[in-house]
Formats: sequence, structure tokens, C-alpha cells
Amino acid sequence: MSTITNSIFTSATAARFDHLVTLYPVKRSALIPMLLYAQDEVGYVSDAVVTEIAQRLDLLELDVRNVLSYYSMLRTKPAGKYNVQVCTNISCMLRGGYEILDHCKHKLGIGHKEVTEDGTFSLEEVECIGACCWAPAMQVNYDFHDNLTTVKVDEIIETYRAGQGKDVK
Amino acid sequence: MPDVKFTVDGKQLTAPAGTLLIDACKAAGIEIPAFCYYPGLSLQAACRMCVVRQEKVPKLQTACTTTVAEGQVFTTESPEIAQARKATIQLLLGNHPLDCPVCDAGGECELQDMTFKYGAADSFYAEPKNHREEQKWSPVVYFDRPRCILCYRCVRMCGEGMDVFALGIQNRGSSAVIAPNIPAQQSPDHLAHLDCEQCGMCIDACPVGALTSGAYRYKTRPWEMNHVATVCTHCGDGCKTTLGVRSTSDGAEIVRGDNRDKSGINGDFLCNKGRYAFDFANSPERITSPLVRQADASLKEVSWEEAFHHTGKKLRELRDAKGGKSIGVIGGNRLTNEEAYLLQKFARTVLGTNNIDHHRTADYVTFAQALSGQKGRTASLRDTQSYPAVLIVGGDPTNQAPGTAWNLRTDVRLNKARLYVANTEEIKLRRQAKAFLQLAPYGYGALAAYLAGDAASASSAATDSNALNSFRDAVKAEENLLILIGSELRGADLKRLIEFGLTIPSAKFALLSDYVNSRGAADMGLLPDMLPGYVPVTNPGPYAEQNAPTTPGLDMLQIFEAASRGELSALYVVNSNPTSRYNIDPAALKDTFVVVHEMFMTETAQLADVILPAANLYEKAGSVTNSYGDLQLVQKAGDRAGVRTDFEMIVRVADKMGADIKSLVPFGKSTPGVRAAGTLGDMGQSRGAQAGEADRHAVWLTANNLEPKLSPFDPFAILDEIQRLVPGYNLLRLQLISGNDQHLEPNALSFRSAAEESASRSRRDLVLPSGDTLFTSGTLGRFSPALNEVQRYQANEPLIQIHTAAE
Repeated sequence: MSTITNSIFTSATAARFDHLVTLYPVKRSALIPMLLYAQDEVGYVSDAVVTEIAQRLDLLELDVRNVLSYYSMLRTKPAGKYNVQVCTNISCMLRGGYEILDHCKHKLGIGHKEVTEDGTFSLEEVECIGACCWAPAMQVNYDFHDNLTTVKVDEIIETYRAGQGKDVK
Repeated sequence: MPDVKFTVDGKQLTAPAGTLLIDACKAAGIEIPAFCYYPGLSLQAACRMCVVRQEKVPKLQTACTTTVAEGQVFTTESPEIAQARKATIQLLLGNHPLDCPVCDAGGECELQDMTFKYGAADSFYAEPKNHREEQKWSPVVYFDRPRCILCYRCVRMCGEGMDVFALGIQNRGSSAVIAPNIPAQQSPDHLAHLDCEQCGMCIDACPVGALTSGAYRYKTRPWEMNHVATVCTHCGDGCKTTLGVRSTSDGAEIVRGDNRDKSGINGDFLCNKGRYAFDFANSPERITSPLVRQADASLKEVSWEEAFHHTGKKLRELRDAKGGKSIGVIGGNRLTNEEAYLLQKFARTVLGTNNIDHHRTADYVTFAQALSGQKGRTASLRDTQSYPAVLIVGGDPTNQAPGTAWNLRTDVRLNKARLYVANTEEIKLRRQAKAFLQLAPYGYGALAAYLAGDAASASSAATDSNALNSFRDAVKAEENLLILIGSELRGADLKRLIEFGLTIPSAKFALLSDYVNSRGAADMGLLPDMLPGYVPVTNPGPYAEQNAPTTPGLDMLQIFEAASRGELSALYVVNSNPTSRYNIDPAALKDTFVVVHEMFMTETAQLADVILPAANLYEKAGSVTNSYGDLQLVQKAGDRAGVRTDFEMIVRVADKMGADIKSLVPFGKSTPGVRAAGTLGDMGQSRGAQAGEADRHAVWLTANNLEPKLSPFDPFAILDEIQRLVPGYNLLRLQLISGNDQHLEPNALSFRSAAEESASRSRRDLVLPSGDTLFTSGTLGRFSPALNEVQRYQANEPLIQIHTAAE
């Protein structure tokens, strides 16, 4: 394994990555989990992340970018502090998912994959998040909110704006 | 694999089990269309064009991934299949612009052909096309994104074929796109770029016009060019290339170099130089009029007649007054065999001197002597793509002989060949090697000795003695071994390595040199001590009829030493630039009459008293021999008003010197009884009952694609003599003329005296490797705008990634 000096990750994440590459028959299999964990820590997949992961897995940076660009949940630009992900897949759509999305757009003043000027919120239209029974649903960072109405969305957003939501880093 | 029988379109076919159906059909003359399939690269099955119906299988199958087995029944054309292919093309055309009239690929585009065949030009897809502006990825590679059909050929070609991995696929679905390895955000100009070997193989592989060539794009149409199959003028591999040629007001301009004719020894391959660096021929800096130095030291344009007259008269006077020994001759590495032979014959029989040499880039004399008396021991370039085991000692084929490197990678990839690399540097081919031995600096001689059994030299060969040991054992265990030798090994070291190799039963050898006809220059005797075919001048044997001087002449360095002593009356330089290569002080030549055949005002040409504007290898006909000894035909492609071939100029100068041209170039009809049979062109006199009937003979010649050599400027006239006199050059004429390569083994005769043997041991080592890289080509390369631009580009985009790829 490549030894990484001056890792850009925290020592805990770096140790996790050191272990991660040992779990697969070939190192490159660790690429996607590694990208996800790196995104969680850094906030997005930066050029520096690409460089270090390529180094860790003995890949070309081009290989990392090929995979990175395939997955819509991996981003190469910073998201807001609270990443609002509204589901518009079929159950949510039937139960008013698009209204929720439009409401969020209006409320936050941003569109799909955009970030508010102060960097607090970002908005994404996403595919099914597995909360069909309680549609419409959305996710803020890793925290679920379901049975949404526009009023409820306003409350949720205000809670986060006040810094009181769950899953706050 | 045992043969199996299967049925395709009602025809019973036979092929080895496991053959891909698409290949088996192609061999039987049944064409199955495919965009993503490319022979020799990994399978993709991305385009769905090759679908066929297989009996008892519910869905259509892709012929490019179906392997044949006993009793299978296939249908390759039916309304159902045509409909499937049409639907595929409609999908592909969903975002493909119909800009065929301006697209470079128009007329030679696989998608265009298939659209015509399946009639899918009208599409159901009414969505607006997703247009992107074309991108300049490098000076030689441009990308037109909307034209791309995502066949992945370029990605696989770059990764698997070239071992560069500069191209990838990014995004997905309809937004998927081919991406180069420098992303826009990391580039100073915020545009995506390629950091690679700039070979352009991706362009050749592209079935459509998505990847286009910086040299050719938007210039012309394929049907407006003449396509001439000839040999690339750059490195010692001598790749076959097809030049696209177009008429201009002052001759014929080369607009494209590619390898669409995949019949050559290089298979699919051409490198950056082969594909783009033909443009020196079109350079406005070319000398197109003879120049003669005047009393006031200026160069004046004169007529050809005046230039030849002046040169011939002056050389005759100097020869008669100061003797042939006061004249030196230097030949080039890019002359044809015929020109090189003629030049040495001119030097030896007309000028009367053995002071003849060329810029040696490998020690072929020792190579030929070490293999003296051996048969079937020299390798062809073709062997490098099929031999089961290959040892490379020295050299760096990736940079110096890219065709060889391509073949070796192919051999490793497709035939699982075992590659052993011993080098003082970490050359790129080590990535394909089964074993790489890092040698100590200057450790080649010690390695040769160690391999030959001298255990004491282990420490000076490599620092890691265990690695050295296991490397030797692995190499010795091989029975069919190809030994490629770099120019670092010369003289006694080279001899020792070959002697070691000869102990391996089926080992074959090749010595790599740097220019297209470096081997030919040595074979044709551009050497002070060797006549053509490595026959020592001291014992001319078959050449005795030519009455050349029998004492060895001055070599390259001695010629210039003689000049600085004021002992050189004249110097005749043909397409060579020794002044720059050997750092010659211009003052050394101040009292020497210097004649130079040259295309450009090189350092050597600047010192000349007469400059004769020369044609280059793309503007003449003849033959060349590559590093391996493969002889190939050179055909005239480009043309430039105001230049002449070296062959013609030598003959004309000899004529003005008063030489008997018929004995210099055996052309035309011979007069029976006047000259010994065979010294002149055979016009049918030797053909028994038909003797003398030239008209009927002309019929025979025409039928065999031959031509009567009626002109003293016809290189084939002297090829007769080469064939008759030069040991090892017993070539097959029809093989040559039909554009096929043939392997020659011009090994030296065994030593006929102790003096010859000791002379061979005391030869001076004058090998000076050119040090060329992927983007340089001696003096010639300096005059190629394409090479200069790629050099500048690569200097700004340092090779960060391509040398540190994954295992």
C-alpha cells in the first residue's frame, strides 16, 4: 500500500482508509466508499481529495474522476451547511413532492444543486430516499423528515436556520 | 483450440473453438458491422451494432462477444436484424450532428456507411441536440463532443494499446463524455487537455469524426487526396505509413500521415512523428535552388547546370591534384539503400577514397560479425509481436522506437509474452515486464559478461545481486527468446551478449538504431573500413571488379581531424549534419571545398561551398532497411519544385567529373561482350530463346509490375547490382514492389584472415546515439512545425501522470 504522508484527512479518517483498502481483493474496490467518507469529512470531493485517493488506491486521477462523475450523490463543489434533499420520485411525486421542492426553491431562493449566498442551505432534487410510506419526504444532511407539508417545511428550515436541527456538524 | 463447425447464413464455416463470431465471419467474407469492436483490444459490446440471431437463443446476440462452438447456427442479415441495427443507429444519431459535409471523417466514417446501409437518417428523436463546441485537447488532438458515439475505442486504445491511460469516460447516460486526463479546473487556460504521448492512435481508432487530427482537420476530403503507401522517415522501426497527398502550385503537398493501410510491419501503429511530422516537407524554409559560394563569401542561386558543372570540375581538380585520400564523404541516415550504395560506390570508384562514414547510431558491424555464419538468428520487427519471450538490454523503445514498444505491449497483452528488461534507467516498458533488472550505471558490459558466465562482473552489473541472479536464470530458462539490444552495447560487449544469446537454441537478435535507414547505411557500406554487406575493404571479394582502394579510409572524426590539419581538400555531405552532431569547429573546414545535399540551411549547409537542394524520403523512391533488417519499398508521395533526389544529384556530379555512368549505375541495355554479364540492367538478354526481344520482355516486365531501367536515375537499376553483390541482400523483387516487408540477414562473412579478425577487435567505437525522444527527430525534427508545437505544449503540460500509472 502506498504510504501517505501529510494526509489531508483527519487521523481517524486516514486510519479508516488505511483499513478500508485491506478489505477488498483489489484495492480499487475501496474507491466508492472512500469517496463517500471523504465527502462527508471535507464536504465535497475536492481536487486534493481526488489526488490523495488516487494515491491511496494506485489509480490515476482520471480513473477517480471517471467514477466520481458517474454518481450524482458525489459532488465536486461545496454544499451548504444544511443540504436539503427533496424526493420527487413516484410516491413523493403523487403526494406533492414537486410542491415541496418548489416551496423550498422559493423559500431558500435557490434552485437545484445551488447554495444560498450565506452558505447555510443547499437544495437538491433527489431520487427515492426510501421513505415512500410517509411521502412526501426530504432529507437534510443525513436526517429524515416525512409527511411533509409546506408549513412543516417552513418549520424545519427555521429550526435548522436557528442551529437546532439534528445531524448538525 | 480444435476447429469447430458452425453455420452462418446457411454457409458452413470452420474456425478454432473460442474464436469470436465477428472474426470468424470476417475471415469467411461475411461482414458484421461494429463500432465498438476493435481487433486486439478488450471487448466492450457497447454499440449493439453487431447483433445477430443465434438459433435457440431468445434474444439477439452480439457477434463481438459470442465465441463459436460446434453446431451453432447464426443469421447475420434478416429484416429483424436490420431493424435492430437501424434502431441502434437512430439512437446514435439522436445527438450526432449531421455535419458530414464539413466533418473530417466524411467519406471514411463508419457511422455514415452504416446510416447509408440501414437507412436511418430520419429519426424519431425530435429533442434539440446537445451541442458542445469542439475542444483542442492538444496541438494534435481535437475533440468534437456531439459527434462522439461512445464506442470506447479511444479509451481502450490509449490504455491497453499505448499504456498511457489518458482518456476516460465521465458522467453517465446521455451526458456521458470522453474526458482527457487534465481536467479544465486544473489547467491554466481552464480548458481540458491531454497529457500523453500524442500518438494520435485515438484518432485512427475513432469510427466517426469525434477525434480529429490537428494536422489534417478541415483541410481536405479523403477522395481529393492521393494515398501513397511508403515508409516513415523518422526512427529505426521503419513503420509503413499512408500519406495523403494533394497537388499544390509547386509540387505535391503531404496533408496527412496515417495508417489506414494496416498491412505493414507496424500493424495498427503510428506514433506522433509518423502521424504528424511529415510537415517539414512543406516547410517554406526549404532550399529550392542550388547555391554556390561566391568570391565574396556569399551564397548565390545558380542554375542546376552551373552547380553541377562547378561541383564536378572542382572535385575532379582536387582529386587529380591532391588525390582521393584528401576527400571525405559523409552520408545520411535517411538515404535509401540505393542512394547509400551509390554514394559509397561514387566515393570509392569516382572520388577514389575510402574516407566515407555516416552518423552511426548502433554498432552494426560488430552485430554482423558476431552473427557471421548464422542463419535465422536475426529478428524481424514482426517477431516482436509474436515471440513468447523477449529480452531487452538497453535502449528505451517507448521513446526511441515506438513501433517496437507497441508490438511488445501487444505481444504481452495478447500472447502473454514474457518480457525481461535490463536497463540502467526505469524505462516505461518495465511496466509490461515479467522481470525488470535495474543495472548499475554503465553496467551493460558487465551484464553481458555476467550472462556469459563471468560471475566476477556481477557487482559492476547491478547492485541487487539476487535480482541479477534470478534474472539470469529466468532468461536462460527461455527457449524461444528474442533479444533486443540497445545502442549502449557495442564492440566487445555486444559480441559477448550475442555469444551468450547463441547458447539459447532459438534465440533471435535485433540491434536497435535511431533512424529510418541507419541499418541500411551500415549495410550499404557507408563505412571507411567496410564495403556493402560488411565485406572488409582490404579484401573486396565480389567488389574486386570495381577497383576501389583497399586501405581503410578515415572515419567521421578522422575526416574532421584531417580537415583541421588542413589535409582535407573536399568534403561531400549527403543529407547529414555532422557539424552540429559532432560539434565541429566551423574554422576546421575553411580550406575545404564542401558540397552539401540538404533540405534546410543547417549548421553544415552554412559552411558549404555548394548546396544542392535535396528531396527527402517522402519525395523519392527506393528501399530502406529498418533496425531489424526488414527491407521495405519507399514510394514517392510529396513533391517540391526545385529539389532533386540525392540519387540523381550524385549521378549528375559523377557525370560532370567525367566518370563512366554506365559502370556507376548499370542502366539500359548491355552490349553483349563489352561488359561482363550482369553488370547492366537485364533487358531480357539472359532469358534464353527470348534474348534481345526487348519488346516482348517489356510485356513480361509490365505483367510482373516491373519496369525497364532505362534511366541512370532509376534506383532500381542499382538495386540489381545490390542484389547481385551485397551478401544477404538476395531480396525478392515482387515482394518489394508489392509493398510487403521482407527480412534480410546481411551477416558478415567469416573472417578470412587473422588480420581481419584483429581489425575487428581494434575498431573504434564511433556510435553516437541520437538521443531523440518521442517528439524530436535529429536535425530534421527541428524543421517540423508539428514537432515544435508538441514540444512546447508538453513542456507546459509536464508529464505528471503518464509515467506513474497503476500496475
